[in-house]
Amino acid sequence: MSSIVTKQPTGRGTWLRHLLALALIAAPSAALADSDNLIVIQRGKALVTAGDCVACHTAPGGVPFAGGLALQTPFGAIMTPNITPDNATGIGSWSADDFARAMHEGKRPGGTRLYPAFPYTYYTKVTRADSDAILAYLRSLDPVSNSVNRSTLPFPFSIRSSMAAWNSLFFTPGEFKPDPNKSEEFNRGAYLVEGLGHCGACHTPLNAFGANKSDKYLQGGVVDNWTAPNITNDAQAGLGKWSVDEVVQYLKTGQARGVIASGPMKDVVENSTAKMPDADLEAMAVYLKERGATGSPAPSPVSADDGRMKVGEAIFVDTCMACHTRKGEGIAHVFPKLAGATIATQDDPSSLIHVIITGAQAAATASHPTAPTMPSFGYRLSDDQIAAVVTYVRNSWGNAASPVTADAVKAVRGKVTGAAD
Amino acid sequence: MARRLPRKDVVIVGLGWTGSILALELARAGLEVVAIERGPWRDTATDFNIGTAPDELRYAVRHDIFLRPRQETLTMRNNSSQTALPIRRWGSFLPGNGVGGAGSHWNGQTWRFLPDDFRLRSHMIDRYGEKIMPEGHQIQDWPMSYDELEPFYDEFERCLGISGKAGNLKGQIQSGGNPFEGQRSSEYPTPPLKQGYSQELFMKAASGMGLHPFPRPSANISSAYTNQYGCSMAPCTYCGFCERFGCSNYSKSSPQTCVLPALVREPNFEARTECEVTKVNLSGDGKMATGVVYVDANGEEWEQPADLVLLCAYGLFNVRLMLLSGIGKAYDPNTGEGVVGRNYAYQTGSGATAFFDNVNFNPFAAAGSLGAALDDYNSDNFDHGPHGFVGGASITNAHTNGRPIMYHPTPRGTPTWGSAWKKAVRDTYQRVTNVGAQGSVMSYRANYLDLDPTYKDQYGRPLMRMTFDFQPNEIKMANWMAERCEEIAKAMGAKTTQINRLNTPWNVVPYQSTHNTGGTVTGSDPKTSVLNRYLQSWDVPNVFVMGASTFPQNAGYNPTGTVGALTYWALDAIKSKYLKSPGALVQQ
Repeated sequence: MSSIVTKQPTGRGTWLRHLLALALIAAPSAALADSDNLIVIQRGKALVTAGDCVACHTAPGGVPFAGGLALQTPFGAIMTPNITPDNATGIGSWSADDFARAMHEGKRPGGTRLYPAFPYTYYTKVTRADSDAILAYLRSLDPVSNSVNRSTLPFPFSIRSSMAAWNSLFFTPGEFKPDPNKSEEFNRGAYLVEGLGHCGACHTPLNAFGANKSDKYLQGGVVDNWTAPNITNDAQAGLGKWSVDEVVQYLKTGQARGVIASGPMKDVVENSTAKMPDADLEAMAVYLKERGATGSPAPSPVSADDGRMKVGEAIFVDTCMACHTRKGEGIAHVFPKLAGATIATQDDPSSLIHVIITGAQAAATASHPTAPTMPSFGYRLSDDQIAAVVTYVRNSWGNAASPVTADAVKAVRGKVTGAAD
Repeated sequence: MARRLPRKDVVIVGLGWTGSILALELARAGLEVVAIERGPWRDTATDFNIGTAPDELRYAVRHDIFLRPRQETLTMRNNSSQTALPIRRWGSFLPGNGVGGAGSHWNGQTWRFLPDDFRLRSHMIDRYGEKIMPEGHQIQDWPMSYDELEPFYDEFERCLGISGKAGNLKGQIQSGGNPFEGQRSSEYPTPPLKQGYSQELFMKAASGMGLHPFPRPSANISSAYTNQYGCSMAPCTYCGFCERFGCSNYSKSSPQTCVLPALVREPNFEARTECEVTKVNLSGDGKMATGVVYVDANGEEWEQPADLVLLCAYGLFNVRLMLLSGIGKAYDPNTGEGVVGRNYAYQTGSGATAFFDNVNFNPFAAAGSLGAALDDYNSDNFDHGPHGFVGGASITNAHTNGRPIMYHPTPRGTPTWGSAWKKAVRDTYQRVTNVGAQGSVMSYRANYLDLDPTYKDQYGRPLMRMTFDFQPNEIKMANWMAERCEEIAKAMGAKTTQINRLNTPWNVVPYQSTHNTGGTVTGSDPKTSVLNRYLQSWDVPNVFVMGASTFPQNAGYNPTGTVGALTYWALDAIKSKYLKSPGALVQQ
């Protein structure tokens, strides 16, 4: 496995990350030579891909699975641990029982509690056989010595035993139970989405305690100041207008219906879903398409005569139209469609605000390697201007959603740029 | 002493159009490929961001993505009686630097040469007799025909998504296209760009004169396109920031838009940037290349062994690397012997400026290869008998840009500063257009490249010396073309016209054209060519050379289309012949 070597800092990180991600899949290690273990390890690798473990357990520019990424939570940053088989700093000394207990109960060997930033609330559904296969794969990796500071949360959240109370309120342990009234495919999809895929971790809103609201499962959330949209079958806000094939295409290629994955979903697609078997993607799509729709009412659009809409239109024509086109149709495979895009009309407008302020790059996949970029406009559009143009995009070409205020933009700007309030 | 690195199957010198295409195709064929590039990594997302890309001062004036003379320059003179001096600021031509090379900063005009261009010598002698051939010429036929190259032109155009209108589809003349072009196996991948008002006037006037105008083929593409590698492009927005700029809009074909996104996914490909190859190493008997030596950004020297060495740098620098490495015999203009550095050629520029009344040409709504052209006076599409010159020109009406710093045409005789200049700029900007002739340059015994006896680069290697001037044949041709351009300009309804004859002697200061050709030419005879018909070195068969340095002489077109076709042609030979049985593909 080669990697791009560039002496120039600009432009390096993105390519490097792609290649490192590839390295995961491409680099066999010595343990693979053990033929008895080979099939289990290969299965474990596929499961690790489905779980996108690498996304959190790798520091920027770091060795895959060696941990050290600072996960931002409402309670402070949590540094992800090293899960390579290094005895001193990784999980080399863990038994299969130890690993299963972490996955199913959220506890380390010795009983200390993990925070649910590690989504054991989902992984509890993973079967023991799959848990063992995942560990077998992780053990086949080269051990990396990387000591991670695991005590970064501020008081009182630093008290790990407080998680006992949290668990009693928000955690239901137990392996996945298939629904006998549903198809095998649906149940495979349910197992992946509810378990390893932990889709709900982002796509479900959090309550004040940082737990997913179980009554709003998959109805949309916010992660790292990006909107994780509703992925139920809701026609207005969710996947109601998407076919199963379109969902599969999106997960496999990062693009469907003129929508292009970016933000955190770019990493999910590149590291995880693009590498999953088609049958698994189809199962997930079948499951999501059968999730009950909330049937949220279609809001009426902000009137085109509204002052915010007029200002927003002027900014759109000047700044956005060259790529996204006058009617918000975008350009196939390069510039996302805005007309009818549910990401534009989610109740939470974080993604639109975020992408305008910081820019973003689309997912690169084998069939669509281009990974086009939205440039950042935060340096030249004010909070008022961004609020106006986001309101315009949310309420044009058939789109309808709540208007956005300058204060909402200011709040996102503060978080994504570190700008002082 | 260079430290030796693990062997690779293929080492590629330079990661522009030719290097990136070969790297992708050979990596996909299963070979371990390393590309070594002198300049920095560049991609659309970070380097050609819309927030910073349309910066005329940074890119067009200060040459941000071009080669710096301190990295490499040439010495130059007009003839061998002079002493050559180093070019200390690039002017007449602007070599690229960094990943993407000249393919990042080009305008995007993507032509096929005409069938006659490939057998120019025999065609002209057959039709007109030896007497038409200019004094001191070394014009020679190409070792491959247009028909042989056609599938590879097609492949390159599909890679780039070129916009245009076919004029000859499988032998059937098509209305709206170029009726003189060689037969095409397929229509252009995307339709032509929308022409501006001045092109409308040009097309109408030229048609009225019995000429055959058509929209010129363009790598600023007209509609969304996805190529054979899955790389996607968006339609051109006519912003007019093409030449000297990277495209921020994914609209101009470049290695960045068309090849690199796929290439970087190949696990057996590696790029080393800011690493300059200083030499190709040869085996003791000089018959095989063993790899290359390069210097990295920290000044450390490395040896990269490889089985196959592909020289994909800018044409001029391929020639220098061959000279410095001792691959092939250097050309000696006194004896006429030797081949490396022989047949250097260039491009002529002449034409007419047309000043109108009461029009708004809106030159700012432009694209680098937007324009209408005609080929009635190119190659041998017209009777050369009465004129006594060889060669021709493509004639074009185009606005490539209307940028604020460098685009301010004024009538000849206007003061170059002050209120009168400002008034002339204001009065002229919207009502001026140009009919230009981009002409061929033949190869001559007196025009050549060799190593300079005096000046050296930072590593102590001799600079390359360019000995070049426009010869009487080219001056006659270009000035005759300027008159044709003026006729068309008048027919367009210009109130006044101004004829622009070829500037002589050739001068290195004003920008003219980065179409430097020859020096490692391809041919059928090792006595008059460096490379065989597959662009393989006659002397060292595991070295192939890409680029316009392979042209035996230059045609009346931009070179990139032919450079791309030759790359796919050579690639096909490497994949289907060389890899199966490494060695000389043509016996001497």
